[in-house]
Amino acid sequence: MSSHVVTRTSSEAEWVLPSRGRVGMFTLIAAESAIFTIFVVAYIFYLGKSAAGPTPQDVLELPIVGTICLLSSSLTIHLAVRALRNAKVGVFGLWWFITLALGTTFLVGTGLEWGHLIFNRGLTISTNLFGTTYYSLVGLHAFHVTVGLLAIALTMIFTLLGKLKAEHSERAEVFSLYWHFVDVVWVIVFTVVYIIGR
Amino acid sequence: MSSESIALGTVSESARPIGERLHEWVVTVDHKRLGILYILYGLVMLVIGGIEATIMRIQLIVPHNHFVSPQVFNRMFTMHGTTMIFLVAMPILFGFGTYLIPLMIGARDMAFPRLNAFSFWMTAFGGLLLYFSFIGGNGLYGAGNAPDVGWFAYAPLTSRAFSVGHSTDFWTLALLVSGIGSIGTAVNFVATVLCMRCPGMTLGKMPLLAWLNLIMGGMVILAISPLTAAQIMLLIDRYLGGHFFDTQAGGSAVLWMHFFWIFGHPEVYILVIPAFAFASEIIPVFSRKPIFGYPVMVAATVCIGFVSFSVWAHHMFTVGMSSYGNTFFTVTSMVIAVPTGIKIFNWLGTMWGGKIDFKASMLFCAAFLFQFLIAGLTGIMLATSPFDWQLGNSYFVIAHFHYVIVGAILFTIFGAFYYWFPKMSGRMYNEALAKWHFWLFFIGFHLTFDFMHIPGILGMPRRIYTYEPGRGWEIWNLIVTIGVFFQIAGVLVFVVNLLWSLWTGEPAGNDPWDAWTLEWSTSSPPPDYDFATTPVVKSRRPLWDLKHPEDPDWKYE
Amino acid sequence: MRKASTSAPDTEVRQTGQVRSLARKVAGIAVLLAGVLLAATLCFGAPASSSQIPNIFRPDSTPSDSIFRLSLLVLTITGLIFVIVFSLLAYSVVKYRRRGGDDGREPPQVYGSNQVELAWTVIPILIVLVLFLATARVIFSVQDAPKPAGAIEVIAIGHQFWWEFRYPALGVVTANELHVPVSNPANSTPTFLTLLSADTDHSFWVPQLAGKTDLIPNRSNHMWIDPHETGVYLGQCAQYCGTQHAKMLLRVYVDAPEQFRMWVEEQRKPAVMNDAAEEGRRIFETTACVNCHAVTGTVADGHFGPDLTHLMSRDTIASGAAPNTRENLRAWIQQPDSIKPGSLMPAMQLNEKDLEALTAYLETLR
Repeated sequence: MSSHVVTRTSSEAEWVLPSRGRVGMFTLIAAESAIFTIFVVAYIFYLGKSAAGPTPQDVLELPIVGTICLLSSSLTIHLAVRALRNAKVGVFGLWWFITLALGTTFLVGTGLEWGHLIFNRGLTISTNLFGTTYYSLVGLHAFHVTVGLLAIALTMIFTLLGKLKAEHSERAEVFSLYWHFVDVVWVIVFTVVYIIGR
Repeated sequence: MSSESIALGTVSESARPIGERLHEWVVTVDHKRLGILYILYGLVMLVIGGIEATIMRIQLIVPHNHFVSPQVFNRMFTMHGTTMIFLVAMPILFGFGTYLIPLMIGARDMAFPRLNAFSFWMTAFGGLLLYFSFIGGNGLYGAGNAPDVGWFAYAPLTSRAFSVGHSTDFWTLALLVSGIGSIGTAVNFVATVLCMRCPGMTLGKMPLLAWLNLIMGGMVILAISPLTAAQIMLLIDRYLGGHFFDTQAGGSAVLWMHFFWIFGHPEVYILVIPAFAFASEIIPVFSRKPIFGYPVMVAATVCIGFVSFSVWAHHMFTVGMSSYGNTFFTVTSMVIAVPTGIKIFNWLGTMWGGKIDFKASMLFCAAFLFQFLIAGLTGIMLATSPFDWQLGNSYFVIAHFHYVIVGAILFTIFGAFYYWFPKMSGRMYNEALAKWHFWLFFIGFHLTFDFMHIPGILGMPRRIYTYEPGRGWEIWNLIVTIGVFFQIAGVLVFVVNLLWSLWTGEPAGNDPWDAWTLEWSTSSPPPDYDFATTPVVKSRRPLWDLKHPEDPDWKYE
Repeated sequence: MRKASTSAPDTEVRQTGQVRSLARKVAGIAVLLAGVLLAATLCFGAPASSSQIPNIFRPDSTPSDSIFRLSLLVLTITGLIFVIVFSLLAYSVVKYRRRGGDDGREPPQVYGSNQVELAWTVIPILIVLVLFLATARVIFSVQDAPKPAGAIEVIAIGHQFWWEFRYPALGVVTANELHVPVSNPANSTPTFLTLLSADTDHSFWVPQLAGKTDLIPNRSNHMWIDPHETGVYLGQCAQYCGTQHAKMLLRVYVDAPEQFRMWVEEQRKPAVMNDAAEEGRRIFETTACVNCHAVTGTVADGHFGPDLTHLMSRDTIASGAAPNTRENLRAWIQQPDSIKPGSLMPAMQLNEKDLEALTAYLETLR
């Protein structure tokens, strides 16, 4: 898939249209943003409204390590895509793997945080309004991270099998848009849940 | 560009076994076939939704009737609304878009053909899941476990406490599944219109149908998502012990309303904008003039698209928002009337000075103008918040929105059927039968929905399975129900016409209407690949330029 | 922008088919308009006595009256718009249809007109402005009306499928039939209601007294009425609340001041203790009745169902679903589904003797 469709007509200049993949991914990102917006609105609406049970101030700790990992993975995925565009498949594979590792670290961190909250601090999704909105919002984001990591893992397998070529850089770039989106959502979730909400 | 399309030789249709032909339809990724599948699916659901409506109207023909129990009646209005919006209107409109957009912009298919197929089947399966609910629970005579919480499923009626059993779950899951299909189709519409236009077709030169479906696609992406989010929250409440809408734990019932209507209001514009698109293609051709004010038509629709996201709480005027809240939503709901009204004037301007040929499509579009005008005016009445405190949630509202959905949207859909049936099937329909369809349906529509405004004015609320005698409602309910039978007759004539014409209609030729957009340059039906060579266009009406080389559009646009 | 004119010479020949079709269309529309006029007469022109027909255009209270006046403005404006646009539509349909002897040339291809389009943008904006200002005034005057000193305060609690009314200042608890004093404009005694819900969403709608306001759980809403005429006003729940939403009826009794005072006094008294109904009271107090119902002066203090202390002071039972007669009381206790199938009143499974006694007891609760 080329980055744009070009048809030369008889007397006119190039007929250039945006790439389908990019437009498609942007619309998907728009849809997902709308879904996340609703969950964020619900979270903010219910701040301070829990009648009983743990509050954000009581139990939440800043997930610094996970955040650094996730945000750096945006950089590493960008480096990977750039390498692939320059036909450096080996370098691509390296940065791609680091992205996978960073993303997985983030997920593991979330899992550990949840384990601590559930077993040590008694906060579950049904405890109170905070529990419901917290697990839903962070969980929705984690779900999107998981889907992204599955795609990255699959691509990793193709890379290791030697199937990835420079012509696939466009697709990798379109996917990286999704990954950047996931990171931007985390910035918002982090700000709303761990900073403003606490 | 050649005005004849080059048909490559294919094996004759009748030679291949029926199993193989059906299999082709199931696995197809061809936008034309998927379009037809969407439309046929919607037609079948239209009949089912109509049966549900008929059952309700028979129950309400006299007070204290015993045609169905309250439980069954409540399932009927829930299923009728859900079916008509999600399984009839959206599929049919998506179907026409899927069929027509590539043909109108000179492309060979949609941007993502496999996503196209996936989206259709998701919608289809969502509908099947919804209807599977009828055979759950108590079985058919109690109408099974079909949802009975109303098509907008207000909390906390949908919570585990008040909605025991799975009726709400069927509603939620079926719509989640079909919502994924809707978003997929919308992604396809946007990507196709932005990325697949033929050379020369700038955004300012593409047919209004392409523009309006682009806007609709963008709206679907932003509107269906809040519904998806709200439904996920509802599932979390019902299955994971969440409290999003659990009023007994401090949750808010009004929050569900906000989330639902942030979807729900743009949704009705999502339905009406493709209807506008049909009118914008049909009226010019049958008036023999270009659309009046193309740039403003586009701008007005873009405006409608944006403003429609700011009016949602006019569905909530009675929930006790502050006076400032009510005032704000009154303003936005009135403001949206301006671009909408402008469009009516532009269609009138198109007809003005033309030479109108009242074929079936044009009859339906003329009736659309009349009925959409009335619907818009009753909408303004409802937009004035205090008036809505009386009229809201009554039969006046039901009359208003059916005026839009049936009187405007369904009428233009019928118009679109007759207009593009020759292109899709290669055959002409029977014009006399089509006129019978029109008049029967027109009379039935007005009997039912004109007089339905009155019980609302006399205090009859929505969603009641029976009513008290002596409140002055009896005569109006009787007339409303009688109208239903005229509509049924009209639809029967329509179906007979379609089937009859499919088998015995005259060959239509490429361009039976002497029209001006690219789809009429292909054969009827178009070949699999749509266009043998990619067309190059210079104006909004490429076929006008070809037919009038001495007087082409691009000199005047 | 206009193309070179390609207009055909005028011909007056019309095909009969077109005339017939045209005539039918005009006839159809004439029938329609006649029907609309008939309906309007019925709505506006019916005799004023019938408060039994809950007509929003027959207001008897200030909120509904403000709404009515606003609606007249809205109807006038929208009516004018309809007449103008419909005339243009009808005119185009008649004047610009293709004639029989048409020469097949295309009419002048007109692409638009900046002046015309500007006009029909500006004028609607002005109309919207006028409408909005008129509307905003009514919103604030109705919603934010101050509560005067003489106001009656009622707390209305919506239940599936009945209405609970409490008058905290007057010490009255009743159900389904709301009594309020008539309000003299000179000495206003409006009734201010606080609206709550015990379960799902409901809506209080008595068209002649006010617009509807919803009762939403975990939320407190407010509305007010100041009825100008005595009488009984009918309404019903206007937000789908479950199976028997249709029979959650409302009756508002607007009493003269003296009548209202007497009603309050009666309602404040504890339940009548009639020895003749001893047996029935015993059955009432020892069966599941007391889980849901309250009768002051007895052990019954349930709050899930209506307060029955002065049951016989009401004209109807089951929230208006049936008149308050002995037969209906018996039927309601023994087989509630015969009156209101799907309501939350359980069938009490009493034998004939007990049922007789219990009904007799209930009939003493004046």
